[in-house]
Amino acid sequence: MTISYSQDRRLYVNSLALVAVLVAVFWVTRALADDLDAMSRDDKQWVMPAKNYDSTRFSGLKQVNASNASQLRIAWEFSVGSNHGQEAAPIVVGDTMYVVGAYPNEVFALNATTGDLKWKYSPRVDPSAQGVACCDLINRGGAYDNGKFFFNTLDDHTIALDAKTGKELWATQLGKITRGETITMAPLVVKGKVLVGNSGGEMGVRGWLTALDENTGHIVWRAYTAGPDKDVLIGPNFHAYYKSDQGKDLGVKTWPAGRWQIGGGPVWGWISYDPKANLIFYGTGNPGPWDSNERPGDNKWTTTIFARNPDTGEAVWADQLNPHDLYDYDEINENILTDLPIDGQTKHVLIHPGRDGFMFVIDRATGQIYSADKYDNVTSIKSFDLKSGRPVMNTAMTPLLGKNITDICPSSPGVKDWQPTAWSPLTHLLYIPHQHLCMNFKTGEIGYIAGTPYMGATEDMYAGPGGYRGEFAAWDPVKRKKVWAIHENFPVWTGTMVTAGNIAVYGTLDRWFKIVDARDGKLLYKFHAPSGFIGQPITYQGSDGNQYIAILDGVGGWPGAISNAEIDARVRNGALGFIGAMGDLPAYTSGGSTLLVFALPKAPSGGSDAPTR
Amino acid sequence: MRPRVEGLVLAALVTLAGSAQADTLRVCADPSNLPFSNRDGAGFENRIAQLVGRDLGEAVTYDWERQRANSIEKAIADGKCDLAIGVPKGLDTLETTQPYYASTYVFVTRTTDSLHLTSLRDMRLRSLKIGVHLIGDDDAPPEVALGEEGIVDNVTGFMIYGDTSKPNPPSRLIEAVEGRKIDAAIVWGPLGGYFAERSPVPLTVTPVSDAQSFAPLKFQYAIAMGVRKGDFKMRARLDVVLVRERAAIAKILESYGVPLVHAKESSDG
Repeated sequence: MTISYSQDRRLYVNSLALVAVLVAVFWVTRALADDLDAMSRDDKQWVMPAKNYDSTRFSGLKQVNASNASQLRIAWEFSVGSNHGQEAAPIVVGDTMYVVGAYPNEVFALNATTGDLKWKYSPRVDPSAQGVACCDLINRGGAYDNGKFFFNTLDDHTIALDAKTGKELWATQLGKITRGETITMAPLVVKGKVLVGNSGGEMGVRGWLTALDENTGHIVWRAYTAGPDKDVLIGPNFHAYYKSDQGKDLGVKTWPAGRWQIGGGPVWGWISYDPKANLIFYGTGNPGPWDSNERPGDNKWTTTIFARNPDTGEAVWADQLNPHDLYDYDEINENILTDLPIDGQTKHVLIHPGRDGFMFVIDRATGQIYSADKYDNVTSIKSFDLKSGRPVMNTAMTPLLGKNITDICPSSPGVKDWQPTAWSPLTHLLYIPHQHLCMNFKTGEIGYIAGTPYMGATEDMYAGPGGYRGEFAAWDPVKRKKVWAIHENFPVWTGTMVTAGNIAVYGTLDRWFKIVDARDGKLLYKFHAPSGFIGQPITYQGSDGNQYIAILDGVGGWPGAISNAEIDARVRNGALGFIGAMGDLPAYTSGGSTLLVFALPKAPSGGSDAPTR
Repeated sequence: MRPRVEGLVLAALVTLAGSAQADTLRVCADPSNLPFSNRDGAGFENRIAQLVGRDLGEAVTYDWERQRANSIEKAIADGKCDLAIGVPKGLDTLETTQPYYASTYVFVTRTTDSLHLTSLRDMRLRSLKIGVHLIGDDDAPPEVALGEEGIVDNVTGFMIYGDTSKPNPPSRLIEAVEGRKIDAAIVWGPLGGYFAERSPVPLTVTPVSDAQSFAPLKFQYAIAMGVRKGDFKMRARLDVVLVRERAAIAKILESYGVPLVHAKESSDG
């Protein structure tokens, strides 16, 4: 009996061991196949530029909070060595931080706690890409999944690196700089697919979003912004909410013959993902390159929010926000996924802070627009009609050659451009870094591209009402009103983030790194940095248990190019008119390329072996 | 293009030029944009640059810049070069000399079609297949005029930047007339004149003649040299050269088939 008992016991033990092995195998398999969604909920890390698929840019960390943020100090710094505008969000996976610099797009892997350099990768980016990009040579960051780091180069390549070693695994060319295409966006990885879109609306490119297999770099699908339904991946599962978005081949029919082929609508902004609904959401850029009289029609699907199935790319719904755009109001801005009480019911919505100055709250399943409220001064559009899903334009402000039109607000960069907002589930407020600019259209400046002299209509941008050019605001999407706002001298061109410690973080073009109380906007901490900011702040917990806040510093981008010598300050209508509003920026800052990492004083500073050096 | 190597060579040239600025004429030019310029020196702006260099006793060096919005201005501001050979008089981003020629937008058609187009209000423009250049952020005059006339569906746009993997990207517009893809191109005169003369298919060039009625849109432009903002000394030197070399320059322009108009007709801003 005893023997059989012990045998039984051994059997029992063996089967336990077997179960343990099976569990281990299961966990190893799981570990091999990262669950990005779960990783994004671990606040020790910041595994994608938007923090999570909802694009909230909210972290649950609260070691740094509203009561102690004033004690923050620099923990360590790192130079990415390229004085173009630094727009990228660093990401942190485990104990490693990955940073992509502006052109020539070098990638650095750093120990996230000590700042020690683990590896560096230098792509061979075709220098002629520099002449193609519209607005400085920026990059908005990289992405991670399953042991690989993914990023895009200005000359249209998506590159996968071994996240441990920096070894190149594959590189896929997605577009051609010889045709005016560049890539500036950060990729998003969804279910093993790397999602990437192109830039270059002003160059007559045809916009697209492409999915690449994360293991091979092979193209799985490509969805064009304009063209026949089969190219836009509109099929039987497409149901637009609004009548003007319904019909066959609207991507062809809403253009004069063939114009969709060079119609713009690039995809250079942000993508969100709802795993439950299995839908991705993103917006498309403005139409181009024609004089607006030469492209009568809605010009679909430019300035449109798309919901698509990430497996196949097929479109599920689409809302075109600025049909027949006249003002360069791209709608590539981020879409924040959250639930809001609307008319007594909880709705699964996306919040889209529009470039056109309207805060859109849209049903994620149907595309129905629940509300569209102006969140800054807007004169070009009177209101947004929720019945038709179309803006009511102020026709007195239609740009016409030979007519000078004044006080068009917002100016071409919109109330908010690419710089992403953050959403706090604690305060239920959306934090919005944005600009506050108007413009005059005037005719008569001579312009020249060899082969074509012309008489341009120029845009002259200037500070909006109140005399300030930027703002950091908190918006309540349920009450549909601004709760507080901080006026800034210059446009606020950084992204932002917010934490459970009730701090909201942003930077200014005049070199201030700022932390404010997420509840009332009270300034808690500011730091005068080497150069103006256009980056994206992130936060994470180091292996030493300390909370760190990181942001790339280095002025540039569309508004800041004047300060990193990209553009001659004497040319008022340089940078597509933005220079006029930025003429004094060089008095505040030059270019830079520094990663700044902040922590509370108890955090150690310097490298892991600093004492021996 | 092999810009990586070229960048090094250029850097060396710039350094050399920097140290010997007095005897070098540093010209910014497009490496592949005939009839204006190319890397082989085959454009009329290359020829004029040589002429000016000889007149001043200075060697000509080039900074090759693909034409994009502000690319020449930026190259000059960055100190890579000092002189653009041909820019519209009054371009506010540069200091411009006295104009040394003036040209006009033209219709380029197949001679066998006998269209003899001269007016932008010609009713036939509503049915013919028309081609124009597109700039992108700005609008070239033919495109805007056609838009105002509501002439849209029969118009094809060709990006002025074009596909830079092929030579002289803006000339695709003239090739489209040769290949019968379009019936008429409305294009800046020097480009139309040059490629029409060399076309295997006989082409006819006629100036756009009724442009005044589209004011403030302009179809004639006086062309000058451009130097760095505030560089009045360089401008003054060039103004003298332009007077001295007037006849030689006229000869070059003629040999490239540049359609000329009297500078007076072209309001020069």
